[in-house]
Amino acid sequence: MKKVILGDHAVSYGALLSRVQTIAAYPITPQTLIVERLSEMTANGELDAIFTKVESEHSAMASTVGSSAAGARAFTATSAQGLALMHEMLHWAAGARLPIVMANVNRAMAPGWTIWTDQNDSLSARDVGWMQVYCQNNQEVLDSIILGYKVSEQVDLPTMVILDAFVLSHTAEGVDIPDIKKVDEFLPPYKPEIKMDINDPRSFGALTSPDVYMEFRYKMQQAMDKAKKVIVEEGKKFGEMFGREYGLIEEYKTEDADTILIASATVASTARAVIDELREKGEKVGLVRIRVFRPFPTEEIIKVLEGRKKVVVIDRNISFGKTGIFFDEVKGAFYNSKGNKPPMFGYIAGLGGRDVTPKVIREIVEDALNKDKPESEIIWKGVKL
Amino acid sequence: MKHSDKDVKIKGASDMPEMPASLGSMAHNKTASWRNLKPVIDESKCIKCFICWKFCPDAAIDFIDENTSPKINYDYCKGCGICAHECPVKCIDMVEEER
Ligand code: SF4
Ligand code: SF4
Repeated sequence: MKKVILGDHAVSYGALLSRVQTIAAYPITPQTLIVERLSEMTANGELDAIFTKVESEHSAMASTVGSSAAGARAFTATSAQGLALMHEMLHWAAGARLPIVMANVNRAMAPGWTIWTDQNDSLSARDVGWMQVYCQNNQEVLDSIILGYKVSEQVDLPTMVILDAFVLSHTAEGVDIPDIKKVDEFLPPYKPEIKMDINDPRSFGALTSPDVYMEFRYKMQQAMDKAKKVIVEEGKKFGEMFGREYGLIEEYKTEDADTILIASATVASTARAVIDELREKGEKVGLVRIRVFRPFPTEEIIKVLEGRKKVVVIDRNISFGKTGIFFDEVKGAFYNSKGNKPPMFGYIAGLGGRDVTPKVIREIVEDALNKDKPESEIIWKGVKL
Repeated sequence: MKHSDKDVKIKGASDMPEMPASLGSMAHNKTASWRNLKPVIDESKCIKCFICWKFCPDAAIDFIDENTSPKINYDYCKGCGICAHECPVKCIDMVEEER
């Protein structure tokens, strides 16, 4: 069934179709619509779940960790300051190896107080052990929630499904809402091997000596490596069942491209139109959208960038004191590749929700096309001086 | 058999669970090695009030019956000294451990 829905409601439908059993909810703009709709769905009986109103985001993740450890398919959603407040519990969810799925609506961090989009909230949670999926449209948002549980429950790591504030969260798009029976076929009920059970008690997350702590961390990394395969396999299966395939990265007109533009989220979907325009002018440019940021698609990036003349990365985020974060990661991934290394241009644009329009992207690509080398590690696009 | 009855020894990552959860009973995890001072009850002075038994944070003091002094379980007692502090007749002595 096709419906015209907001990105936030695409998340709610994704959770409904995944038959989540617990939802811990604390409101924060621009996420609130997600849990609001889920509260309606639980109240009217559409969704058989326990809906818990908590007093903070820290409690939201703590409660989600608890219900997941007890064997429930657990869900919550947040944004920006809320994600920052639950940071300690993000470590707990990943370290406890719980297949939680959470939606994070990318909102810039305060101060200055803001509600508009950029990626610094989720990227500040880069190293906690969560998988991160950056979505480009509302359909992908819905599908990624279902896929999130399918992958997480196989690798025992949580998934953060990420969508841009307002550009997706509060924008209505046509979305295919799959039949729940078909989703049931794709996503069977969650049955963990180890869970909290009062009839066979265990200790969870107890004091872990230097004897074994490192081994637990080794296993988390192994799970991330396994996730790379599982994400691709399940993305294919999803494609066979629902007609929409997903992977770690998405290529657009890259085959014969000399210059590769790398972007994520809605900046990447806008960039496709720019690639078409530049192609018409005879420029051999192509686009790589990084969909999954953790686990990072290192091998895929090397493969697609080897032999190119230029690489252009647009970051809607910044690691203060370094560069754009995607730019840094792409460069790092590429360092040990064998072939010639093309010059890489790192642009920062669209912080705090400033629009990244086709014009902005076109100017960025044209700027890089006109130069042999980047003049600095960061090239600020559109900053007023 | 419940997993909580098992005594599990771990070799490395290959036989560890994914999540840091116990595979066996914590009873096999004897914590007495942490102890520097060892509580010793002078039973001749003990009035069998069982205040020490209530206060021990590790449940390392065993209740036998109302007419018998409680017994300290030295496999788990960590030597915090709370029992000695709380004893109303001060009949618990904290003695240095010899190693
Ligand atoms: S010293 Fe502490 S741990 Fe040991 S028996 Fe007394 S109260 Fe319990
Ligand atoms: S607190 Fe002292 S007196 Fe009371 S039972 Fe314990 S050792 Fe005996």
